[in-house]
Amino acid sequence: MDHATIAGIATALSESGISIIRVSGEDAISYVDQIFSSKRGIRLTDVASHTIHYGTIIDRNMMLDEVLVSVMRAPRTYTTEDVVEINCHGGPLITQKILKLLISLGVQIAEPGEFTKRAFLGGRIDLSEAEAVMDLISAKNDFALKNSAAQLSGAVYRKIKAFREKILYQMAYIESALDDPENYDLTGFPDQLHDLLETLSAELSLFIESADHGKILKDGISTCILGKPNAGKSSFLNTLVGCDKAIVTDIAGTTRDALEETIQMGNFSLHLIDTAGIRDTEDVIEQMGVEKATAFAKDADLIIYMVDSSVPLDESDRQIISLIGKTPCIVLLNKSDLSQAVSKEEIASLLPIPSSQILPFSTVASFTSEQKELSIDACIAQLKELIDEMFFSGKLSSYNDEVVITNLRQKNHLLNAAKSINLVQESIAQGLSEDFYSIDLMNAYAELGFIIGEEVEDDLVNEIFSKFCMGK
Amino acid sequence: MPEFREKVDVCVVGAGHAGCEAALAAARLGLETVIFTVSVDSIAMMPCNPHIGGSSKGHLVREIDALGGEMGKNIDRTFLQSKMLNVSKGPAVHSLRCQADKQEYSRTMRLKMEMQDHLTIKQGEVVQILTEEVKGKKTVTGVKIFTGGIYECRAVILCTGTYLNARCLCGEAITYTGPNGLMPSNHFSKSLEEIGIALRRFKTGTPARMDKRSIDFSKMTPQLGDEKVIPFSYSTNPREIQKEQEPCYLTYTNEETHQIIRENLDRSPLFAGVIEGTGPRYCPSIEDKVVKFAEKNRHQVFIEPESKYSNEMYVDGMSSSLPEDVQLAMYRTVPGLEHCKIVRNAYAIEYDCIAPGQLKLTLEFQHISGLYSAGQFNGSSGYEEAAAQGLIAGINASMKLQGKPEIILDRSQAYIGVLIDDLVTKESPEPYRMMTSRAEYRLLLRQDNADLRLREIGYQVGLISEEEHDAFLRKKELISSEIQRLKETIIGGAKDVQEFLISRESTPLRTGTTLADLICRPELSYEEVAPLDDKRPANIPDDVIEQINIAVKYEGYIERQNRQVEQFKKLETKLIPEDLDYMNIQNLRIEARQKLALHKPVSIGQASRISGVSPADISVLLIYLEKYRRQ
Repeated sequence: MDHATIAGIATALSESGISIIRVSGEDAISYVDQIFSSKRGIRLTDVASHTIHYGTIIDRNMMLDEVLVSVMRAPRTYTTEDVVEINCHGGPLITQKILKLLISLGVQIAEPGEFTKRAFLGGRIDLSEAEAVMDLISAKNDFALKNSAAQLSGAVYRKIKAFREKILYQMAYIESALDDPENYDLTGFPDQLHDLLETLSAELSLFIESADHGKILKDGISTCILGKPNAGKSSFLNTLVGCDKAIVTDIAGTTRDALEETIQMGNFSLHLIDTAGIRDTEDVIEQMGVEKATAFAKDADLIIYMVDSSVPLDESDRQIISLIGKTPCIVLLNKSDLSQAVSKEEIASLLPIPSSQILPFSTVASFTSEQKELSIDACIAQLKELIDEMFFSGKLSSYNDEVVITNLRQKNHLLNAAKSINLVQESIAQGLSEDFYSIDLMNAYAELGFIIGEEVEDDLVNEIFSKFCMGK
Repeated sequence: MPEFREKVDVCVVGAGHAGCEAALAAARLGLETVIFTVSVDSIAMMPCNPHIGGSSKGHLVREIDALGGEMGKNIDRTFLQSKMLNVSKGPAVHSLRCQADKQEYSRTMRLKMEMQDHLTIKQGEVVQILTEEVKGKKTVTGVKIFTGGIYECRAVILCTGTYLNARCLCGEAITYTGPNGLMPSNHFSKSLEEIGIALRRFKTGTPARMDKRSIDFSKMTPQLGDEKVIPFSYSTNPREIQKEQEPCYLTYTNEETHQIIRENLDRSPLFAGVIEGTGPRYCPSIEDKVVKFAEKNRHQVFIEPESKYSNEMYVDGMSSSLPEDVQLAMYRTVPGLEHCKIVRNAYAIEYDCIAPGQLKLTLEFQHISGLYSAGQFNGSSGYEEAAAQGLIAGINASMKLQGKPEIILDRSQAYIGVLIDDLVTKESPEPYRMMTSRAEYRLLLRQDNADLRLREIGYQVGLISEEEHDAFLRKKELISSEIQRLKETIIGGAKDVQEFLISRESTPLRTGTTLADLICRPELSYEEVAPLDDKRPANIPDDVIEQINIAVKYEGYIERQNRQVEQFKKLETKLIPEDLDYMNIQNLRIEARQKLALHKPVSIGQASRISGVSPADISVLLIYLEKYRRQ
């Protein structure tokens, strides 16, 4: 409704091809400029209207994607506002990440039909389309509301409701004391509020993190097991899965095609794809397997790279290493009970991962007790911990499976609520009086309300009258 | 019935706080005005509590004054005690409250009215609004009074307070009178309904008044006023109103009081279901408090003087509609009131009023041209709320008759704007009272800057004199030039500066800074940094210093609110044509269509505040309006 800068994905989210993020509004160009980097040092804020620029999207010094960015200045644009379109190449996951990045900067996520609405209000769209636009807005908003509320589990709903009740009570207390200072006293109140907000903040950040992890928790971690033929991938997979799905033989290249399996590891599921070993091969069938492996590896959330540490790395390993690139990766050094031709250090020098993500083990060593730490079971336990650390910042145990936010819009509101609570904390720290807290408390209250589809209305006044007895 | 005819411009019905402001405004703007009251002796009567101001209400009084109303000036002449509330809190919630001398307040206001050119006071009950169809719209042509006379006029302002079909309840004793036993208005409601005005019924109440000689004040805590009295009016010279003040006294109810109340609840009209009107939750009767807040074992009671010319004391916090014998028993359980003698009983009063959704933001009825209304008749409560509406209705009726644009203050300009927007746009289920929490931009709407916000508007309207306006312009200029100077004055880390800062327990400077930055520090202020400020002009008035301190210290917060206001204004300035046919906008949900058709909002902003109108409805409305505009 307001004139905030908005962003949305303008293309259908599909696995293939290019997707476009459209950003529109007064600050569209400067927002995108903050995350855009070009070799030639181009600043989007300086470029001419209706020009396209090549560069990368950067998130905290990490490159997210190579992009083409079109900059179009008002009024000759779709919405008649400043518009930037980011052409992303990195697939749906990366596109989402870029959108999230923009939102973390303060861009609002576009409501259904909002670009079209702005286009119409800006005079861009023909009158005959007005009805269609109105239909679109009333239908889509209805759907979006129902849909996003339905996405919330009962536990999330109850939690957010509880947060709001706490905030409302605090506001009502402050307001009652301001309204009737001879009756209600605020001595010591800021300290109490500070403590309460501290707890609220912590719970909110858990929610926000869960939003980052929510999708992955829900859909599982798409994991690709890579390794040269006969590195032990299939044996490992079999142990994980608990049955002989892949054919295990000593002949290199036995696994002809990709094998898929989903396994539950505590709170999360691994979506395992075992692939043919990668090596130069003349075998057509195996060649197809290798190509598939390459394709899977590119889309994976996690790669488990199995190395036979008893033989030196070769050309195939280098091929795998380049394939891994920057994808999160765990390296398993199989056959670590045998004499070592590959060391942890060597792997660490080739891949951008800490040595804690390199686990020595052995598919055959589980029999001798002195080598127990090399057993598959020990390895799997370590693997689980590592994945928790890598994907859930070690927070996995604190999520019960219901308290998870998966919707980007909801996350956006959570972030705003957390921001407002921080501002209250700042006001408390600066020793400002209680009446300054209310603006930000009210914002937090409203933002949390958006998540569960509740408006502010006259809640505060009702709370004051029902919980506090007003005097003079 | 005998009939006589008079011809005036404006008729004001009722001479309470709304009626007085409305009539004075219209007369001062040069319109021939007559104000009707059932009793000339009850002009500007305070039938309930003896205060003017208080949290957020003090803001209203300041705003009334800034616009050229009378309330602030009148209380400055007649207060018994004055206190600035919340001084330990932020400037947005500082609130001035005075104990009024009720009799003097009424008398001086009456005199002001009697001396006002173009204004006539007339004792009599208005029984009918006369209307004609003009260009297809019902239009006011005059009023008829009970004795048969007809006053032809072009605008009527209804300020009937609690008098319409009034009924007072004190236990089983029910009397059909207005407040204080005054004559009610029993004929008017029906004729209002006949011209299409929908009425509803509200209730309010008041505590007992006691004989001062029967109260033992030694058992109570005295409550004193401020040593230095700050006037309400921007036109009052603070030096001229410093005087000896009267104390109030604090005491408490106790379990015994509550026990008596609980035992007699069946005799309370409120709990026996005899009361039909909706009462205010913020001003509960003592029986309400005891039932709803059962966990509280005591409630505050303030004993306050009513007037220098009377021995009556007001028992604040213990309004009731219990029978007389129960009242006496319960009051006598309160420390200091053991031997109290009641002069006037506590009672509840029910009255007819309107659902203010029928009004425009100008306070004119949507469907009757020239008919305005203000005060408790509009469903508000409180002297200040009434006066604020009366002033706006008086101004707008005058503007309309003079062919000038009417005044609508928005929510970012004034508490008055919040008050009227809330009344007209939202549907308050109970008598509406102002509260600072209702103002979303309260950091900007302070009682200290009402003149900076509204003086110019009052001047444009014609209610602020040249002299008052000049004083205002000088003040404004001085504030901005001083702030500018403070921001440009660099202070280096010289030895005397560092020593000064250390002596004030403030961190010494590492690099040069400005005086404004120093004032920003919580431990410093404009006054404090005087020793470092050798170019400071002499004799800066206190109210200017106050503005400088606030503007400099809270700059960040004020800027944030200003940004919110900018967003808000974008929607407020998107206007909606008055004749829009909402029922035919197919894409709006039915509920939204009905609500919009009822309230006829002037802007998209106002539409968005109507309950039952969703953000998606607003989007649809925006597109519809664009379509409408292009066609």
